[in-house]
Amino acid sequence: MAVKPRQPDPATPATPPPEELLRLYRSMLLIRRFEEKAGQLYGMGQINGFCHLYIGQEAVVTGMQAMAGPTDSCITSYRDHGHMLACGLDPKGVMAELTGRSGGYSRGKGGSMHMFSRDHRFYGGHGIVGAQVPLGIGLGFAHQYRGDGGVAHVYLGDGAVNQGQVYESFNMAALWKLPVVFVIENNLYAMGTASARHAAGDELCARGAAYGIPGERIDGMNVLSVRSAAARALAYARAGAGPFILEMMTYRYRGHSMSDPAKYRSKEEVSEMRDNHDPIDRLRQILQSQNVIDEAGLKEIDRTIKASVAAAADFAQTSPEPAASELWTDVLSEA
Amino acid sequence: MAEEMRRDPDVFLMGEEVGQYQGAYKISQGLLDEFGPKRVVDTPITEMGFTGLACGAAFTGLKPIVEFMTFNFSLQAIDHILNSAAKTRYMSGGQLSCPIVFRGPNGAAARVGAQHSQDFSSWYAHCPGLKVVAPWSAADAKGLLKAAIRDPNPVVVLENELLYGQTFDVPDDPDFVLPFGQAEIVQSGRDITLVAWSRMVQVALDAAQTLKAEGIEAEVINLRSLRPLDIDTLVTSVQKTNRILTVEEGWPVAGLAAEIAAQIVERAFDWLDAPPSRVCGADVPLPYAANLEQLALPQPATVAAAARALCNRPSEGGA
Ligand SMILES: Cc1ncc(C[n+]2csc(CCOP(=O)(O)OP(=O)(O)O)c2C)c(N)n1
Ligand SMILES: [Mg+2]
Repeated sequence: MAVKPRQPDPATPATPPPEELLRLYRSMLLIRRFEEKAGQLYGMGQINGFCHLYIGQEAVVTGMQAMAGPTDSCITSYRDHGHMLACGLDPKGVMAELTGRSGGYSRGKGGSMHMFSRDHRFYGGHGIVGAQVPLGIGLGFAHQYRGDGGVAHVYLGDGAVNQGQVYESFNMAALWKLPVVFVIENNLYAMGTASARHAAGDELCARGAAYGIPGERIDGMNVLSVRSAAARALAYARAGAGPFILEMMTYRYRGHSMSDPAKYRSKEEVSEMRDNHDPIDRLRQILQSQNVIDEAGLKEIDRTIKASVAAAADFAQTSPEPAASELWTDVLSEA
Repeated sequence: MAEEMRRDPDVFLMGEEVGQYQGAYKISQGLLDEFGPKRVVDTPITEMGFTGLACGAAFTGLKPIVEFMTFNFSLQAIDHILNSAAKTRYMSGGQLSCPIVFRGPNGAAARVGAQHSQDFSSWYAHCPGLKVVAPWSAADAKGLLKAAIRDPNPVVVLENELLYGQTFDVPDDPDFVLPFGQAEIVQSGRDITLVAWSRMVQVALDAAQTLKAEGIEAEVINLRSLRPLDIDTLVTSVQKTNRILTVEEGWPVAGLAAEIAAQIVERAFDWLDAPPSRVCGADVPLPYAANLEQLALPQPATVAAAARALCNRPSEGGA
């Protein structure tokens, strides 16, 4: 690629202190265990329809959220469970939405792909590929309008990058210097289509170059690289310099959704990523080599997270179905 | 599709995952092997772009079949379906035609939530310049798809994901083509006319079964074609039964059932013993929760209850 995106100030934050390393570890492990449980519940018929797991990609949203400011907002696609957990939503409410129960964040009416929490400035959960991108710059517009210092974190897949509305969004975001960080989660596949078969050019981070939007390609399987990239990009957007693109190279271990057997890639490819690039294993090695935590401490973290996921699953199966009258509520706001 | 692609080298298929993945719902299984990547084209997720491209190619006389992974995503491309495909022949004074097929699963699947469960029957049936069909059986699917591909106009073929999993007999004849604008009387009866299309035909048949046990003989009509609408068959039926009930999966307001009621009133008012009626999907975005989803969609029991009411029969277990 001839285009060299403009680089931001290289103010890389120092290696995070031990407490923060542990926080990152817990956050990624919670997502992993939550998603494994969701997969099980799907197998048991407790969750239906489309269900897209985030297993393998945990470092991306965890590293981004680690640098999020108190007024930042977040929006993503249907592959959203991890984002919600990282934004601080209660695993119980997320799991109960997956089972379609009244205790879910959308009271059972949204499902896996459509969950929201205004309290956490998490704006969904969108099922139409690419739709979250203009919505996301709308969040950025509102941050700028109110002058609240927030930045919109707008997540999209490698497949979504080809949608026309993404470029309409890039143009407006750059034109009006909106505080937005576009996080392209490049997991190498859009459903069954490998990126080389759907995207011209090879660096998705350069897709904003024509609009003067700086972009960087990051190892999205390393939570510390994600975290420092997040710090740079968010600082840039927060300072009023305009949008920033981060292309996170990542990988999903499971099929596109629960109904995809993923025959388009080899077992070796998947196990290579899982065995040698797993973001949780990599951070665990750092924790151990830096003596941040001992074996017993890791076991304890494991146990607490398993317990909270088990409690979420339990809640999600015992929370009642929404009342029949709920069919007719929430269509319009009371005027 | 394969038969039509063998028959006419200008027919090609384009859409997301139609080739190497063999179709998100395996509808295009084997087509890539037989026809190669020139005629079975995997696209990026750019509905507006590839629909526009296909319309442009159709202006030159090629015959694209555009697959929407589901019709929900046709909303991204609806501008081209209306402004480019439906209107160009008229605007060009008849010079440019757009021989194109838009197809894919329409309507509610199972538990996929509001953005992925929408019935576009009335949306497309509204538009002059389009033809719209909605197959129920496999014979419908074959005959209507062939008619769509051979037609020189833009045709919207509304398939149904839940019907993909059902088996029916299919005629072997490679020239089995069903005409546009011709409904099928699936079951005849003298007491009430039940009109439906796509998956709702099965719902109407199940309701008719229940009604039969109670001595109400329903005539069940499979509309097949939504634009043009076979109003003559409906009028003839109403002249016999004097009652008509339309079952529509989509929303009631400004829906196809409303259109049918209006035309029946215009054409067969004097034969009616009861107001033309309808059972539609609930007037809300489709909920995810299993119990609410069930309540939101027409069920055989609700159809039977509405039919009973039209026939002035006491409700089941009542009176
Ligand atoms: C407009 C639109 N077209 C098609 C789909 C069906 N679909 C859902 S996800 C998907 C693949 C998206 O891939 P990518 O953007 O790479 O995200 P990932 O699933 O890898 O996270 C497709 C084609 C959709 N939801 N919306
Ligand atoms: Mg992807």
